[in-house]
Amino acid sequence: MIAEAGHYALVLALALALIQSTVPIVGARLRDPALMNVARSTALAQLLFVGLSFVALVTLHVTSDFSVANVFENSHSMKPLLYKITGVWGNHEGSMLLWVSILALFGGLVAAFGNNLPLSLRAHVLAVQGWIAAAFYLFILITSNPFLRIANPPIEGRDLNPVLQDIGLAVHPPMLYLGYVGFSISFSFAVAALIEGRIDAAWARWVRPWTLVAWIFLTLGIAMGSYWAYYELGWGGWWFWDPVENASLMPWLAGTALLHSAVVMEKRNALKVWTILLAILTFSLSLLGTFLVRSGVLTSVHAFATDPTRGVFILLILCLFIGGSLTLYMWRASALKQGGLFAPISREGALVLNNLFLTTACATVFIGTLYPLALEVLTGDKISVGAPFFNLTFGPLFVPLLLAVPFGPLLAWKRGDLAGVAQRLMAAGIAALVAIAMVWAWTSGGAALAPLAIGLAVFVIAGAVVDLVERTSLFRSPFATAMRRARGLPRSTWGTAFAHAGVGVALIGIVCETTWNSEYIGTMKPNDVARLAGYQLKLDDITQRQGPNFREMLAQFTVSRDGDKISVMTPSKRSFTTRGSSTTEAALLSRGASQLYISLGDTAADGGIAVRIYHKPLVLLIWFGPVLMAFGGLLSLSDRRLRVGAPKPAKIASKPPRALQPAE
Amino acid sequence: MTRRQRRLTLIGGSLAVLAIAAALVLNALRDSIVFFSTPTMAAEKHVPVGKRFRLGGMVEQGSLVRGDNLAISFKVSDGGATLPVTYKGILPDLFREGQGVVAEGALDAAGVFKADTVLAKHDENYMPKEVADALKKQGRWQEGSGGKPVATQGASNAPASVTQ
Repeated sequence: MIAEAGHYALVLALALALIQSTVPIVGARLRDPALMNVARSTALAQLLFVGLSFVALVTLHVTSDFSVANVFENSHSMKPLLYKITGVWGNHEGSMLLWVSILALFGGLVAAFGNNLPLSLRAHVLAVQGWIAAAFYLFILITSNPFLRIANPPIEGRDLNPVLQDIGLAVHPPMLYLGYVGFSISFSFAVAALIEGRIDAAWARWVRPWTLVAWIFLTLGIAMGSYWAYYELGWGGWWFWDPVENASLMPWLAGTALLHSAVVMEKRNALKVWTILLAILTFSLSLLGTFLVRSGVLTSVHAFATDPTRGVFILLILCLFIGGSLTLYMWRASALKQGGLFAPISREGALVLNNLFLTTACATVFIGTLYPLALEVLTGDKISVGAPFFNLTFGPLFVPLLLAVPFGPLLAWKRGDLAGVAQRLMAAGIAALVAIAMVWAWTSGGAALAPLAIGLAVFVIAGAVVDLVERTSLFRSPFATAMRRARGLPRSTWGTAFAHAGVGVALIGIVCETTWNSEYIGTMKPNDVARLAGYQLKLDDITQRQGPNFREMLAQFTVSRDGDKISVMTPSKRSFTTRGSSTTEAALLSRGASQLYISLGDTAADGGIAVRIYHKPLVLLIWFGPVLMAFGGLLSLSDRRLRVGAPKPAKIASKPPRALQPAE
Repeated sequence: MTRRQRRLTLIGGSLAVLAIAAALVLNALRDSIVFFSTPTMAAEKHVPVGKRFRLGGMVEQGSLVRGDNLAISFKVSDGGATLPVTYKGILPDLFREGQGVVAEGALDAAGVFKADTVLAKHDENYMPKEVADALKKQGRWQEGSGGKPVATQGASNAPASVTQ
C-alpha cells in the first residue's frame, strides 16, 4: 500500500511540475498575475508530494518491506535503524529520489521566501525549476522506479554494501546533493534572466545567497566525502582524483568562480554576461556529475552500451538542458546591457583573474575526467589518468591563484593601486618568508617545494588577517576604536577573510600530509611493538566480537610516547555475512591536528596480523580548511544586505541603478 | 584606457592563461597517463622493462605465496598468458584467488611485474571494469546466479589504492 501511495505521489508531483513549467510562462506572456502565481502554489504542492513519496520510501526501508525490490536489494532486517534510513539513498533509485526531493525543496524555498522578487521573474525561475523537475521525475518513473514490487517477496534482504554502512555516508550524499542541486536555482535565475532579456545588479543580489547556500553545502559535502574515504577505505588516502570525486569538484570550482563574479555584478553591475554563463555552466557540471555517477558510464563504457536506458535518458536530459540553455545564451546574451568600466588592476580585475584561473583549473579536471572515456569510446585504448596528471596541471594553475588571493580584497574597486596593496601586504610576505625559513630549517627530507608551498599557505592566511587589520586599523588607532570598527565591518568582509584563510589552512594540511607522513607496515603478534614518529604502539591482543549484522576482529594497541601511556586504539576488520565481504575499520588517534592511523590486513597462519600504521602530521587541517571556508560562507550569508533583501530593480534598463550600496 | 583596450587586455590575459593550461595538459597527458594491459596484451606488445602500466586479470588459483615481511607474490592470468607479480604490503580487503585484480607497476629484467599499487574496487562483486571488459572480449565471462553477471557495475565507490 505504502509503495503504491509513494509511486502515486511521485506521479502527481510530475503532473504538478508539468503545470509549473508551462502555466507561469503563459502567465508572464499575458501579464496575468493569477497565472504567474500558479508557479508558487504548484512549487509548494510539488514539494509536498515528492516529500510524501520520499517519506514512503523511508518507511518501506525502516519496516523492512522486502516485497519492494529496492528494499530487498539494499536492506536487511538486522541492519541498525540509522543505516536502514540512510540505505534509502545508498542506491541508485533512492538517491535519485533524494535528488528530486532536494530540487523540489529549493523550488519550494524560492516560492515561499521569494516574495520580494518581481512577479514575472519568480514565475520564470519557478517554471525553469519545473522543467528540470519534470525531466528527472520522468527519469525516475520510467527507468528507476524505487517502488517496484517483487512477485514472490523474499524473507530477508541482501543488505547494504558494508562500506556504505557508516555515519559519514549517512550525511555525505544529502550534503553533496544540497550543493549540486542548489546550483539549479542560479541556473533557473540565469535562464529566467535570458528569457526576460533583462538583468541588473538586483538580479545578482537575489542569486548570490542561493549560490552561497549551495556552495556551503557542496564544500562541506566534498570535505565529508573525503574524510569518509580517509577513514573507511583504510588506505589513509583522502583524495584519489577518481572520476566520482572530480564530478563533485568541477561544480565546486565553477560555483566558487560564480560566487566571485556575482560579487562584481552586484557591486559594480559589470561582468553580467559572464556571470550568466557561469551560472549555466555550474549547474551543467552538476548535471554532468549526476550523469557520470548515475549512468554507469564510469564503471564500464560497455555497461553503458549494453544497458543504455538510464544512461541515454540522463544523457538526453543533459543535452537538452545544457544545449538548450547555451543556445538561449548565444541568442539572448548580446541583448544584455554592458556593465561598468574598470581598469585591469582593480578589485574587479582581481575577481576576473580569480574566475580565469578557477575555470581553467575546472577545465583541466574536466579533460582529465572525460579524456579516458572519450579515448576508450573512440579507439578502445584503456588508460588511467590519475594523480600525476592532476598534480602537473591543476597544481601549477592554483599557485598564481593563491598568490593573488590576498591582493583581491585589498584592491579598490574600479581602479586599484597595486604598489600600495603590496606595501600593505608586506607583513604577510614577511610571515610567509619566516615560515619558509623555519620549515626549511626544522624539517628534513620531502620535496623541496614543500616549504615554499607552506609559505604560500601562510601568505594566504596572513593576507586574510592583514585585510581585517587594515579595515579596523587595529595598530594605528586605539584598541577600543578598532574593536568598534571590527563590529561595524560588514559580515561579508569577515566571511571573505575566513574563507580565504580556510584555503590556506587546507593547503598546509595537504602539504604536510603528503610530504612528511610516515608509515610502518609489518606483521605483528601480541606484545610486539611498532615504533613510528616517536610513538610506541604495542599490540596487546586480538579478540573477536559479534556485531548486529557482522563479525568483527578487534586488535587492541596501547600507544605511548617516551614511556608514558597515551591512549588505546582498536582497529578492526568486520566481515559481513550476508554479502560475504569485509571492511577495514581503521582506528584514529588525534594528537592536535596530527593523527595516528592504524588499519589491519590479513591474519597470517602463525597468528600474526598484517598492520599498517601511519603518522599523518597536521592531516586534520585538510578538512578544517573547508569547514572554515563554509563558516566564512555562512557569515557572508548572514550579511545585512542579503537579509534586508535586494533593492528594487532598475525600472529603466538604460540607466544604471545608482541607488546601490557604495563599494566598500 | 579605452573600453576596447581594456577588453583586449582581458582577452589577451585569458588566452595566455588558457595557452599555459593547454601546454600543461598536453605535457601531462604525454607523461603521466598509464595504459592498461592484460598479460596477453603485455606479451604481444613487448612492454619494455621499467615502463609503468596497469596489469589486469584474474589472480590464478593457488598462486598466492606470502613471504617474509609482507612480501607477496601471485600470478595474474587472463586465460591466454600468465604473468608473475610481486608486491610488498597489505592487500585490499577483497583481494582473493580466482578474482579479478588490477595492479600498477612495471616489469623488471626477469620478466616479473613489480607492483607498487594494487587497486581494489569496493564492491562485493569485485571486478575492475578493465578486467571485465578484457575477459568479456575473450569470451571468458561467466554469468552469475540470477542472471546477473558475476562482475556487475558496482556502487559508485571510489576505487582505493594501496601504495607502498
